[in-house]
Amino acid sequence: MARAPTNANKAAYLFLAPFLVVFAVFTLYPLVLSGVLAVQQTHGPDHARFVGLDNFIGLATDPLFHKALGNTIIYTLGSLLIQLPLALGLAMLLNQPSLRGRWFYRLIFFSPQLMGLVFVAMLAALVFEKRAGLLNQALQWALDGWLDPETAFPWMAVLDGVTWLDFPWLQSFVMPALILVSLWMYIGYNMVYFLAALQSIDKSLVEACAVDGAGPVTRFFAVTVPSIRPVASFVVLLSLIGSLQLFELPYILLDQTAGPQNRGLTIVMYLYQSGFEAGDLGYASAIGWVLALMLVALALGQVFIMRREER
Amino acid sequence: MHDRKTQRVFGVATHLALVPLAIVTLIPFVWLVLAAFKTPEDFSGSLFLPRDDSGAIDLTRLTWMNFVSLFRDVGLGRAMLNSIFLSSMTAVLATLCAAAGGYALARFRFFGRNAMTLLVLGAIIIPPPLLLAPSYQLLFNLHLLDTFTGLILPAIAPAFGIFLFRQATRQSVPESLIEAARIDGASEVGIFVSIVLPLVRPMIGAFMLLTFLMVWNNFIGPQVVLQTAERYPLSVAVAQMRGLYRQDYGLLMAGTLVSILPVAGLFLLLQREFIQGLTSGAVKG
Repeated sequence: MARAPTNANKAAYLFLAPFLVVFAVFTLYPLVLSGVLAVQQTHGPDHARFVGLDNFIGLATDPLFHKALGNTIIYTLGSLLIQLPLALGLAMLLNQPSLRGRWFYRLIFFSPQLMGLVFVAMLAALVFEKRAGLLNQALQWALDGWLDPETAFPWMAVLDGVTWLDFPWLQSFVMPALILVSLWMYIGYNMVYFLAALQSIDKSLVEACAVDGAGPVTRFFAVTVPSIRPVASFVVLLSLIGSLQLFELPYILLDQTAGPQNRGLTIVMYLYQSGFEAGDLGYASAIGWVLALMLVALALGQVFIMRREER
Repeated sequence: MHDRKTQRVFGVATHLALVPLAIVTLIPFVWLVLAAFKTPEDFSGSLFLPRDDSGAIDLTRLTWMNFVSLFRDVGLGRAMLNSIFLSSMTAVLATLCAAAGGYALARFRFFGRNAMTLLVLGAIIIPPPLLLAPSYQLLFNLHLLDTFTGLILPAIAPAFGIFLFRQATRQSVPESLIEAARIDGASEVGIFVSIVLPLVRPMIGAFMLLTFLMVWNNFIGPQVVLQTAERYPLSVAVAQMRGLYRQDYGLLMAGTLVSILPVAGLFLLLQREFIQGLTSGAVKG
């Protein structure tokens, strides 16, 4: 500990230099610039005009932005309310010490995650295709003869007289299709977190509970839920953050569009379209700020809830 | 608690639930692989294996043609080289910079260390879409649009990596070892290269693979930065195929298969190190 501190300073900053330079140029400066851009209207990167808060006022009344917001929220709810409970269920099935081939199942359920969003979207585009697509073929095989789309969804006029082979996923059911794809892609990923949490539950606690005569449902709520709460809230937060930034999946699934009547438009897709298809980097930055504020609010809310529960 | 018999019944029931789920998970992969080897007629004529006119399975109808035209006509070989270059270059540089930064935060007491740690944590929580438009403007000003440099440079010092390496260094590089090397007169860079890097090796492997996968699968970055088709990596090139070869399903699936095989292989090969490295550094420490 007799080193001259200046030497330690020099060495430490030498090692941190790449980060500091890259951070200053490619994170900090763009962050400031996005604040500047948010009060401008631009035509491409070289024509800008100051517009004050017009971008934000515009967003508040922009029906496309509202559509994007609504779709993104539907997708997020789908992830939270459908996917996470199923992932937990799957993890509980796998969390049996005597279960053979556990690592094999885990690898299988995790594997779609490795494919990458773009390539999953490419595959999904054909899976959801009418007639030749895998899903409609499977639906036709399984349901033909005893349940028509028309009877299954009587309130959907578009399905009148439609067979399962022609079920219009990418035309009329874009959000359900996206929720299905993300279920396939991420359930194993979330399951891995839940499984790790379940495995770290104190066995003696479960046994004590069972000795007291508690059934499996009571044990689940008395022991399992409180024990996995920290991991679960982390998984919920990750899911929220990821879902709100949905872009690649619908964009490629719908062939680089937002789909018919913008049924697949999401917040980040609208940001992309505004900035790089319409060329208004200012409006895009304003959307970016709204998204960032939503994410920060959610993260703070999460911390707040966790704190309050700890007391 | 449970006697043997109930446990066994339970185990069988679990497998009965898990096997169908595993099959449902894997079926899209099987369908994808088979589609890549089928002609357009067989793609629409048969769901999995191609059948001849009498309806019997006919394996001789499987074909390499999709892959041949992928590399000969579509030019996906070029995109693959671009992907390999971008991913490995970014992975190596990012790992090196992250390891150095993480080491500095973990094992040096220097002026501003707390501020630096906060900076790293702050950088992690900035949502990437917020920086999309201004980064485009910046790369335009720097004349880095449509260059590989414009893609690689912003990615070589990821805050998340610095955080991971900070944890790994704290856990597996003893302070005393560094002190001893200093007393022996080793230079700071020498200590980093010959003592610290070997000790955090599991994290190096894991983080390199993670970065490689992330760059390989990244779409929005190259889609925004690159403009010339010859520079597109697989993610952008394959997505473009969808517009160009709409009805050529076999070709589309062959392109997708060729894009996922290298990373899937890499992961399966290294999965043990990958999981060990990430859990050893991220969970504990």
